[in-house]
Amino acid sequence: MEAGRATSGPGGRPDTAAPAIELRGISKAFGPVQANRAISVRVARGTIHGIVGENGAGKSTLMSILYGFYRADEGEILINGARVAIPDSEAAIRAGIGMVFQHFKLVENFTVLENIILGAEEGRLLAPSLARAREELARLARDYELQVEPDAVIEELSVGHQQRVEILKALYRKADILILDEPTGVLTPAEADHLFRILANLRAEGKTIVLITHKLREIMAATDSVSVMRRGEMVATLRTADTSPEELAELMVGRKVLLEVEKAPATPGRPVLEIDDLRVTDRKGVERLKGISLAVRAGEILGIAGVAGNGQSELLEVLGGYARGRGRVRMNGAEIDLSGRHADGQTRRAAGIAHVPEDRQRLGLIMDFAAWENIAFGYHHDSLYQRGALLMDNRRIREDARGKLGRFDVRPPDPWLAAKRFSGGNQQKLVLAREIERSPDLLLVGQPTRGVDIGAIEFIHRRLIALRDAGKAILLVSVELDEILSLADRIAVMFDGRIMGERLPEATDERELGLMMAGVVPGAEREAG
Amino acid sequence: MEALPKWADAVLVPLISIVIAFAISALVILAIGENPLEAMRLMVEGAIASTYGWGYTLFYATNFIFTGLAVAVAFHAGLFNIGGEGQATLGGLGVALVLLNVAWPHWTVALAAAVLGAMAFGALWALVPAWLQAKRGSHIVITTIMFNFIAAALLNYLLVNVLKPAGQMDPATARFAAATVVPKLAHILGAVGIPFNPRTPANIALVLALVAAFLVWILLWHTRLGYQVRAFGKSEPAARYAGISPVRITLWAMLISGGLAGLMTVNTVMGEAQRLVMNVSEGAGFIGIAVALMGRSHPVGVVLAALLFGFLYQGGAELEFWTSITRELIVVIQALVILFTGALDEMVRAPLARLFVAIRGRR
Repeated sequence: MEAGRATSGPGGRPDTAAPAIELRGISKAFGPVQANRAISVRVARGTIHGIVGENGAGKSTLMSILYGFYRADEGEILINGARVAIPDSEAAIRAGIGMVFQHFKLVENFTVLENIILGAEEGRLLAPSLARAREELARLARDYELQVEPDAVIEELSVGHQQRVEILKALYRKADILILDEPTGVLTPAEADHLFRILANLRAEGKTIVLITHKLREIMAATDSVSVMRRGEMVATLRTADTSPEELAELMVGRKVLLEVEKAPATPGRPVLEIDDLRVTDRKGVERLKGISLAVRAGEILGIAGVAGNGQSELLEVLGGYARGRGRVRMNGAEIDLSGRHADGQTRRAAGIAHVPEDRQRLGLIMDFAAWENIAFGYHHDSLYQRGALLMDNRRIREDARGKLGRFDVRPPDPWLAAKRFSGGNQQKLVLAREIERSPDLLLVGQPTRGVDIGAIEFIHRRLIALRDAGKAILLVSVELDEILSLADRIAVMFDGRIMGERLPEATDERELGLMMAGVVPGAEREAG
Repeated sequence: MEALPKWADAVLVPLISIVIAFAISALVILAIGENPLEAMRLMVEGAIASTYGWGYTLFYATNFIFTGLAVAVAFHAGLFNIGGEGQATLGGLGVALVLLNVAWPHWTVALAAAVLGAMAFGALWALVPAWLQAKRGSHIVITTIMFNFIAAALLNYLLVNVLKPAGQMDPATARFAAATVVPKLAHILGAVGIPFNPRTPANIALVLALVAAFLVWILLWHTRLGYQVRAFGKSEPAARYAGISPVRITLWAMLISGGLAGLMTVNTVMGEAQRLVMNVSEGAGFIGIAVALMGRSHPVGVVLAALLFGFLYQGGAELEFWTSITRELIVVIQALVILFTGALDEMVRAPLARLFVAIRGRR
């Protein structure tokens, strides 16, 4: 292995040395679903290799096979030119493969050191292992900019630092190959930049990195080569320098897509939603919203930017009527009851507020219900849907659903299909069809394109713009800065339950917003300086 | 694309489960030195080969339809009501009080009043645990099962100390007035020219049970309340998002569930015993859980599963009578059916799904 490493230089290009990873003809089926179909790919040692693809394209399955979670039905895996069997994750670690999951696998109330040695303890006493780990950690921190306080408890660390612990865990187990699954989803732009610096350092040391992401910009910025997956197949492997985001998007979707959003300038009217000093305290007594004041006007999209977990969800919950808050909220000038004592989802809808929740599968849809039943969800009191005093007019609902599914291009347009049978993007279109077609005065929309395919993103953005152009107010919450920048007419940045400030999209950039998302107000800094 | 077609999921899976359960039962019968084929013949003959057998099978099935529907309605709201026993017990009390305290002129009005009494008492008995769950977060499984014991103790006390006529030896109420006797199934069928054994307890409550099944179907799939119950049962967070009140739905679902469980006593107390005795529910409250599980909480499934369990009850009684197979072993057979159809059906479904995929793949 050492000899093998010597043959390929740092930042090495694919050369005569055996590739770090080679997959030959990997196939995997889950029941009738062919998740991976005859996938072959080579990843050269000392490179960063990106894997892109839409949801359900088979990226995660492929990586799970490499990490020993699933066994391939067919095909073989070669690590550094030698064929290996990877029946479980222990074998993967022995083969030098480390994985950083999207959802971290850390013990929250353990320290960093304890997490690092978990499962890699030597002997019955912990002290010697901890001491060794402390030394090793110091070395890794020096070499790769991976500074973490070894005695800090995980739950007190920021998400970015928790991710570093995951990377350190893998390196501590002597990983030569590092797989990262959607690593930037929960990071601020600054944290993401730092992560990519770490990855570049690792590459310089001859480590091989596989980066799974749906963000094409990251692929372009960080990788040496990139593979595109579509419907379980590997449709292309390209040198990053030879391709473009447009080409990758087209390969992912199988047709040309428009990455830019086209929209006319907004013509904001009267204020529709006025929020004054809104506060929310959660069950543990922690204040999650610390006095929010905002206004959304007719005909504009107010974008709320921020890293996940800074109070955006709570804001939507209170406004949507399924959590209680304190403060004053006025809708079309009329005060809204925030006490949570009534079936508030109904009164909100009656007040003209529609809501596309952040988590469509947990909140927005009943996954076991047919599409037509979901079209009535939340609007089941609508007189259009009733027949007499007692019965619901199911036929009427189905007719209505058929129309809405068609107009929102939900595929397949089958009102009888259960919500769980639709893809993520089509589930989202189902929710949007239900909420937007009500032509609400105010639309609350959270993460409208999370887990949604590129093709559907384009469609969803167009619909939101169209609703705005129809003179409706939209409050958009998204952790995707790109989305906020391209859709919003005004941007408010949330950090730690507060609004850090408002910016106009044309008068700001990702750097400034990124700083605000991390709790720094650049304007204040400038004033102070 | 579903791995398993709907018809296979609804029909084939339970059918195969039953066959497996019977096969294992056969091994058990073989192990104690009896002939399983002979046992099967006795069960079939005793339960469905004569109108006498059918009379008992249908009588038991009527109980199970009511308690099965009760459990099914609660299931749809995501609530596990295992208090069918207690709710039925109280339902029986309701029937008895209504029939003993009013001089009913005709069985039709008496029946209507008994239905209301049974439902009201059963529903109110379910309302307390429901309220505790909705408002206080006390788990409904714990509270309903506790309420079974309270119901049994309460009935015991009332029968011994209050309702028992002076001078009577056994703890039971007086016999209901003759005017409250409802028509037996034999009379109803006789009226349309079908001969049926009149010495069986099956009565008009069977018709009532079928009507109840139909109404539950309407409720769940054609009313706004049913829609909200099902949505709440699938996902409470989503229900909150949609403005469905968890408290209201919990209370309504349990009221209906308790009412249905209580209704079973129209069959036993009014239709058969004609007085209130101890152990009104005869375990049917628990069988209802198995019936609802096997019937996929769908009224049609519940009716079919109730028939199967009625068959097992009546067939089992015959078996006990004619062979050395003891009561306990019959319980084992019933338990195997519950185990395979209720709890282990995924064991059948997964291989069946693979089989279907393989067949489809070949085409």
